[in-house]
Amino acid sequence: MERARRVLEMKGITKQYFGNTVLNDVSIDLCPGEIHALVGENGAGKSTLMNILFGMPVIHSTGGFSGEILIDGEKVELLSPAAAMQAGIGMVHQEFMLLPGFTITENIKLNREPTRKNALSKLLRSEFLDYLDIPTMRKDARTALDRLDLSIDEWLPVAGLPVGYMQFIEIAREVDKKEVRILVFDEPTAVLTETEADRLLGSLRRLAADGIAILFITHRLDEVMAVADRITVLRDGETVAMLNRDEAVVERIAELMVGRKVEKVELPPRDTDPSDKDIALTINDLLVDMPGEMVRGLSLSVRRGEILGIGGLAGHGKLGIANGIMGLYSAAGRVSKNGDNIPLNAPDQVLLKGLAFVSEDRRGVGLLLNEPIDRNIGVTAMQAQHKFLRPWPHFLPALRLENRGELRAYAEEMIRKLDIRCLGPNQPVRSLSGGNQQKVCVAKALALEPEILFVSEPTRGIDVGAKRLVLDLLVRLNREHNVTIIMTSSELGELRKICDRVAIVYRGRLAGILPPDASDAEFGLMMAGRVRKEAI
Amino acid sequence: MAHRLRQTVEHIGVPRLMIAGFLVIIFVIAYLTDMSVPQLITDSLVRVGMNGILVLAMVPTISCGVGLNFGLPLGVLSGLVGALISMEMGLAGFAGLLAAIAFAVPIAVVVGYLYALLLESVKGQEMMVGTYVGFSTVAVMCVFWLMAPFKNPELIWAIGGKGLRFTLTLGNHFGKVLNNFAVFQLFGVKISAGLMGFFLLFCLLIYLFYRTKVGIAMLAAGANPVFARSAGIEVRRMKAVGVVLSTVLAAIGIIVYAQSYGFLQLYMAPLMMAFPAVAAILIGGASLQRATIFNVIIGTVLFQTLLTTALPVTSRVIQGDISEVARLIISNGMILYALTRSTGGK
Repeated sequence: MERARRVLEMKGITKQYFGNTVLNDVSIDLCPGEIHALVGENGAGKSTLMNILFGMPVIHSTGGFSGEILIDGEKVELLSPAAAMQAGIGMVHQEFMLLPGFTITENIKLNREPTRKNALSKLLRSEFLDYLDIPTMRKDARTALDRLDLSIDEWLPVAGLPVGYMQFIEIAREVDKKEVRILVFDEPTAVLTETEADRLLGSLRRLAADGIAILFITHRLDEVMAVADRITVLRDGETVAMLNRDEAVVERIAELMVGRKVEKVELPPRDTDPSDKDIALTINDLLVDMPGEMVRGLSLSVRRGEILGIGGLAGHGKLGIANGIMGLYSAAGRVSKNGDNIPLNAPDQVLLKGLAFVSEDRRGVGLLLNEPIDRNIGVTAMQAQHKFLRPWPHFLPALRLENRGELRAYAEEMIRKLDIRCLGPNQPVRSLSGGNQQKVCVAKALALEPEILFVSEPTRGIDVGAKRLVLDLLVRLNREHNVTIIMTSSELGELRKICDRVAIVYRGRLAGILPPDASDAEFGLMMAGRVRKEAI
Repeated sequence: MAHRLRQTVEHIGVPRLMIAGFLVIIFVIAYLTDMSVPQLITDSLVRVGMNGILVLAMVPTISCGVGLNFGLPLGVLSGLVGALISMEMGLAGFAGLLAAIAFAVPIAVVVGYLYALLLESVKGQEMMVGTYVGFSTVAVMCVFWLMAPFKNPELIWAIGGKGLRFTLTLGNHFGKVLNNFAVFQLFGVKISAGLMGFFLLFCLLIYLFYRTKVGIAMLAAGANPVFARSAGIEVRRMKAVGVVLSTVLAAIGIIVYAQSYGFLQLYMAPLMMAFPAVAAILIGGASLQRATIFNVIIGTVLFQTLLTTALPVTSRVIQGDISEVARLIISNGMILYALTRSTGGK
């Protein structure tokens, strides 16, 4: 492989969204015939970088970016996806962009069909009326499929093909474009089975051998190790490392991806430390069918009064745990609180058992955006536990009137206690900032007076100052109100900051439990699924 | 000051201000052409009270997330059956009215529940399916009207003695009992406290319903089903409650409508019943996701007043009989306009 020539260089790319820096001085380059892996957690800036490379409108409508892009050593302005395609950049999307009723050939050649003149099109001098040159189309499609080692008939309709094939057809379409010299794969194996993924990796190698430069975005580290020539690790919008194949090991990459400087803060002490002698919640063999976050047989014990962190890479099921127990996704297994069995798939009964949940999807699940703060805070407790209702009629709680005074007073107390910045309990939550919305979600959970509180991604999408406030709030709840907290987060740093123990989930199962002061390497190893450590 | 004004305009909504402005112009023209303005207002108020509960029936389906209830004829038909039973028994006056409602409500509950089961299986297209369910049920009921075992000679065809008539006079039954109850005059405008009071009573009941536990659960289920589920609310059940409530209101609504009109219209008459109600609530500023009692009242007042006044005033100005054509243009034009405003018309 020749390293001297660069087909693509992105230099010093910096991008801000509304004053938030999402990419800071990121550089990456590609040689012909090279597979360059770009790895990083969700939110590390991978997609923003690709959006810049493709000249997506979202970049230019939010003030553009600084830095430069060079193709074959020449500076280019990629202001639209069309310009990027012209420059020889191809993209294989995560979602399939295929027409199900069309054949494979038609999908591959769509809008780039070779044509033949006919009498009418000659007469009207219009290319629109040319015949399609079907034999040439089929030949081209065949060639593209062969390059991917796909023996499927090119004249089959796309509808009804297995998902894996659709991914290959998507790739074949890019390969068929003669001008394509740079191919970007955005998590192409996310929806594939293991054998399909292996074949895909094989195709990547073959395409690279043909001289196409490949940028491979993924967070599956074993795939990176299998095919990549070079690996760039992004974290929080910055390039943290660029490794050559020979110097890379999985543990090191995982550590680079998640490692964050942990600022050690002194947490307030407790009278008695939580221990295995007093278990609040036992999870046995939990299965949760949450798309993209499947839990496949997880067992875990939660000590009373602790803050338990749940970490792991995206897609390994850490988010599925809370969603499954709270009944939002269908689940199986045994969950018991203080020896008392918790029914699964029944959200109303779980809430009665003293469990509460602050969802990772604040705007989608957590809030009624058009409703005022007080109703958002009160409605779950009202529905699940008959709070904030007038006492009459006793026999028919469904027809009891809401007690506005009581609800308002409670909302005002919460606004004061949690320092929710708002105009008053009547303000619709849509107009609150992310951090304040999160506090409303916490207040909503507190209205249930839970013994055990699940909190998922509590700091996602809120600014730095508000993150601290939310974390401090969780610690306060834990210490002052003795709430057992199970906090799921993609940010290992914050888990290590406030948790007593951090459980790492790998492929839907518990990989192990680490103390928060374990080394980056230990966390990295466990998240990459390399060891199974006994719980401490 | 300018800011306050803009806020007020935004709150009320431009479409409503435009229609209100148009109404003012009509009343001015009526005054200038020596028409009786108090009479026009009297007629408009009667139309408001007559249609109000049918418009109110839109609120539960919108707030439980099903959208506008284009299946309103189902409730209307239940109401008609209830009214017929009351008439068959020969009840008159308030007893007749209350009996009609008492017979209609259980029928509407059953019909509404079945309708809710159907809507559950066509999630996402409730409004379109509802329209056709309404249409086809009206047709099926045409057969029923012919076959139904009613014996009261006032109800059935004089010749042959089988099957219900097209239009039944309510004069001897409960015709105008609400309209003629507690009528008083104010500046030459006749106001029926019975009719208006009945409408406002239902507005109040529905307002209170949305402050009960089940009402709030329904609002949450409509606004964000996932949120509702996470709060332990059964979204499907809430939708069923909303559809049943809407059907019951439609049944009561048609009985009030008929007593005010003085006639009970069978066969194809209920076919288009949903459209004026839909138009009224949309003109009142409701969206497909959110509707309030305020939307109902303001929408019914604007829509019905415009329908009642525009026609006599235009025919007076144009000096010719174009009444039927004008009526169609005005009413359907307003429905069309309202449907383009289905996002709340801000």
